[in-house]
Parts: sequence; C-alpha cells; structure tokens
Amino acid sequence: MTAVQKRILINRIALGFSTLSALIALAFLFWILGVLVMKGMSALNWSIFIYEGAPPGYDQSGLKHALVGQLILVSLATFIGVPLGILAGTYLSEYGKNSKLAHTIRDISDIMMSAPSIVIGAFVYAVIVMPMGHFSAYAGAIALAIIMIPIILRTTDDMLQLVPGTLREAAFALGAPKYKVIKDVVYRGAKAGILTGVLLGIARVGGETAPLLFTSFNDNFFTTDLNSAMPSLTVTMFNYAISPYEDWQQLGWAAAFILSMFILGLNILGRVILFAGKGK
Amino acid sequence: MIDKIFFNFTRFSALLILVIVAWIFVVLFNHSLEAMHTFGLDFITKDEWAPNLNKFGAYAAILGSIISTTLAMLLAVPIAIGVAIFLSEIAHDKIKSFFGISVELLAAIPSVIYGMWGLFYFVPIIRDIFGGMGIGLLAAGIVLAIMILPFMAAVTRDAMNTTPDILKESAYALGGTQWDVIKDVIIPYAKAGIIGSLILALGRAIGETMAVTFVMGNVHKVPGSILDPTTSIPVTLANEFTEADSSLYFSSLFGLALTLLVMSFVVIAVAKFYFLRKARRA
Repeated sequence: MTAVQKRILINRIALGFSTLSALIALAFLFWILGVLVMKGMSALNWSIFIYEGAPPGYDQSGLKHALVGQLILVSLATFIGVPLGILAGTYLSEYGKNSKLAHTIRDISDIMMSAPSIVIGAFVYAVIVMPMGHFSAYAGAIALAIIMIPIILRTTDDMLQLVPGTLREAAFALGAPKYKVIKDVVYRGAKAGILTGVLLGIARVGGETAPLLFTSFNDNFFTTDLNSAMPSLTVTMFNYAISPYEDWQQLGWAAAFILSMFILGLNILGRVILFAGKGK
Repeated sequence: MIDKIFFNFTRFSALLILVIVAWIFVVLFNHSLEAMHTFGLDFITKDEWAPNLNKFGAYAAILGSIISTTLAMLLAVPIAIGVAIFLSEIAHDKIKSFFGISVELLAAIPSVIYGMWGLFYFVPIIRDIFGGMGIGLLAAGIVLAIMILPFMAAVTRDAMNTTPDILKESAYALGGTQWDVIKDVIIPYAKAGIIGSLILALGRAIGETMAVTFVMGNVHKVPGSILDPTTSIPVTLANEFTEADSSLYFSSLFGLALTLLVMSFVVIAVAKFYFLRKARRA
C-alpha cells in the first residue's frame, strides 16, 4: 500500500467513526423521544385534566392538582424573576457597561446558570422553609426565580447591547432623560429579544424538579394556597414514577409528555419571535 | 428624580445576583458548621453514613459523584467529538438542520424524564446483560452521558466552527485529506474552545440530580464494582433532605450541598474563565 492509499484509508476510517457516533447519538435520542411520545400519548385522556390525585388503583385519578400547581409555581417565579432579571440586565448594558463591577456580575451570573439546582433548593430550604416551619409555594417559586434570573439577565444584557448607540444618542439629543431613553427607545428596540429571553427562562425552570423537592414539596390534592405545600408536575412525575403502582406510573408518563410539549412549545415560540423580530 | 430611582432599581437588581450567590455560600457554610466541627476531615474520608447512630461520612457520596461523572465523560466525550466533526465537516446542510432540531428537542426534555427512561428502559437491559440489580454507577453514568451529549456536541461543534475557512483551505491545497485537516488544523486551532466546552458539560453533569436519582440506588456504601448500587451527592440530597430528623443530620446534608456547590463552581469557572476565554481571545 502506498502512502497515499494509506492516508485515504485512514481518512475513511476516521470519518466512518465520526458518522457512526452521530448515528449512535441519534438512535438514543429517538429512543427517548419515541418512549416519551408513545407512553405519553397512550396515557393521555380527559380525566387527567378533570381529576386530582388519588390513591393507586382508584379510577378517578388525574393530574389536575399538579397541572394547576405547576402553573402557579412557574407564574409566581416568572413574576419575581423576570423584572429582577430585566432590570439587572439593563444595569449591565446601560449603566455598568465595561466597568469591573459589571464584568464581575456577568461572570458570577454565568456560573450560576450552570450551578446545581438542587443546591439552590437547599439554600431556599434554609432561608425560607426552616424559618416558616413548613413547605410552601412561595419557597418553590423563589427557588425557581433564583434559577431564572441569570438566564434573563444574560439575554437582556446581550439584546440591549444590540440596539445601536446612535438611536440612544438621537433620543438624548431630543432632551430625553436616560430612563425615558431606555424605556422608550432601548426596550422598544430590543422587545423581541427580551421576550425570547423571558420565554427561554420560563422553559428552563418549568422542567426543574430538584429545587422543588424540598421547597414547595408535593401534595396529592388540589390546592391554591400559596402558603402550603404545592404539587408540581415534575415532583409528581418523580413520585409517581418511583412508585410500584402501574396506574401511577402511567400518570407519570402523561405528566412527562404534557410538560415536554409545554416546554418545547415555549422554546419554539421564543425562537419564532426572535426570528420574526430579526426579519423586520 | 425618576432617572435616579430607575438607575437605583437596576443597580439594586444587578447587585442582588452577587448578594444571592454570596448568601448561598454563607448559608450553606453556616449550616454545615456543626457537621464540620463534629466530624472534621472524617466527613469526607469516612464512608459510614448511619443516621440512626448519628454518624455521617460522605466519602461514598463524593466518590459516587466523581465516578458517575467520570463514566459519563468517558462515554460522552468521544461520541460528542465524533458528532461535532460530523456536523461541522461531513454533514450536508439539510442533515445539519435536522440534527439541530433534534438537539433542540432533547434540550427541551426535563432531566427527570431522562431518569424515568433510564429506570424503565435502560436498567432492565443492564440487568439482563450484566446481572445484578441493574441500578448503580454504570446506569447512572450512561443516563448522564446521554443527557449531556446534545449540549456537549453542540458547543464542541460551535468551537470547531470558529476555525477560519482559509486555514482549512490552505491545508486542503497542500493535499491533506479531510481527516488530516480535522486533526492537524481544526482540532489544534479550536483546542481551548473544545476543552472548555467539555469541562462545562462536566460541570453540569456533577450537579445533575434527577436523571441519576432514579438509577443510582441511594445506598451509602463504597461500591465494589460499577454495577453495585451506590449514591452521589445530589442523589443523597434529593432522597434524604425531607427525612432528616436531627440537626446533625441536616448539617451533614448542608455540608454535602456545600461540597457539591464548590465542586461545580470550580469546574465551571475553570471552563469559562480559563479555556473559553482563551478560545475567544485566540
């Protein structure tokens, strides 16, 4: 074999391995997606949305409690996290800019984005659940908000920086004070981007289980009391899946399917908005 | 006036991030003091975890975390690099966008679902092939590997894509094969970025809780093999936090949380500030 033939052979083998690894990855991905869709679809029916949790073996059991609880927790977290995240991002982009403080905040928030979410659950347990003496939806929502803030901060910061400086200068030249420039020019220009960041932030915390395990805890019954333990889809899914009861496991898969569709929908919506915003 | 208020609001929110992070460290540290005083270094070197005897040694959990993430990295890194090469150098545009969508799909799936899938579909396979219970480090490593794979492949691909075309073209002009270009031009050029991406994925894997809680077993024992059930830091926290009944027990769990936070903080910081920053500057 000549040197050239040898190099061509090595090339083929190496590229073959790379293609093979792509196929392996794809196979696992479709396996998981397939299981999720098949199991989820077969477990879906209307009674899931009508009934709340019930003991295993009981016909009229559903996920109403967890669906509503999940909505409440995520909404409350959004309510806390979004304003703080956007304001903090505004500070970085409009006031802090390249100062040392702004860079430190960016770095720390970047690390927080990948920090273990269960640790945040432990922290919230220590500062909220322990002093209050019981689990609560507030605690769960705060844990989720802490996870959400760095994501929204980052996208807001990036998106505001995309607004051209000349626009700001034009507004200043008209005599507008800085807050007005930010509110009416910068925010307006970066609207689509900020909204996308918010949606991605919501999507991210919507799938979180670990920080809820010991903050909002869980409950098998319908509740809207923010001051008590609150069920969530993720924790319910976890409890049902590790239970030995077939019908609970079924409900767990249904919850998994509903939640994934919800999160996927948010992700797609976020991208569509960003894309439409860019088109203009 | 309003200007000032608005400015202070934004500054307050930005500073709040720093306050929260510092607060997390302080709270976890304070709460783990009792365990640190009681056990000292034994906390991380002894593996006896017996709540009824008030003895807490986190060695098994720490070891479990390290081994399961190492396994996950060993399995995921070669495949992720292969996928990244495939996506940046081999695949056609249509396949690329199809793959891109699949990765998005997977990123949308909450980690607890990977855990469920692992428990119901993968653990039985391991049980059939290797015998034993099926749950343990091997199952945890595989589920973790699958979970971090999309993220890892995507960021590695991005790092490889930063190689300027002109460098690649010069190598092709010299008669290099595709593989020559990949190994002698792209990988050396994007090295810092690739390593940074891999370490960043490692940082995420260490703290991942739900995907492994299902398949680890939560047994506080140093495992004899990777097929034995054992535990890891996040698994212990997830299973035992709501069961802790003594202050020493709580304190030990907070000690575990602090250990985990420090581990992942260091790993992520190294990835972001050493490798990825170097990659961006290059």
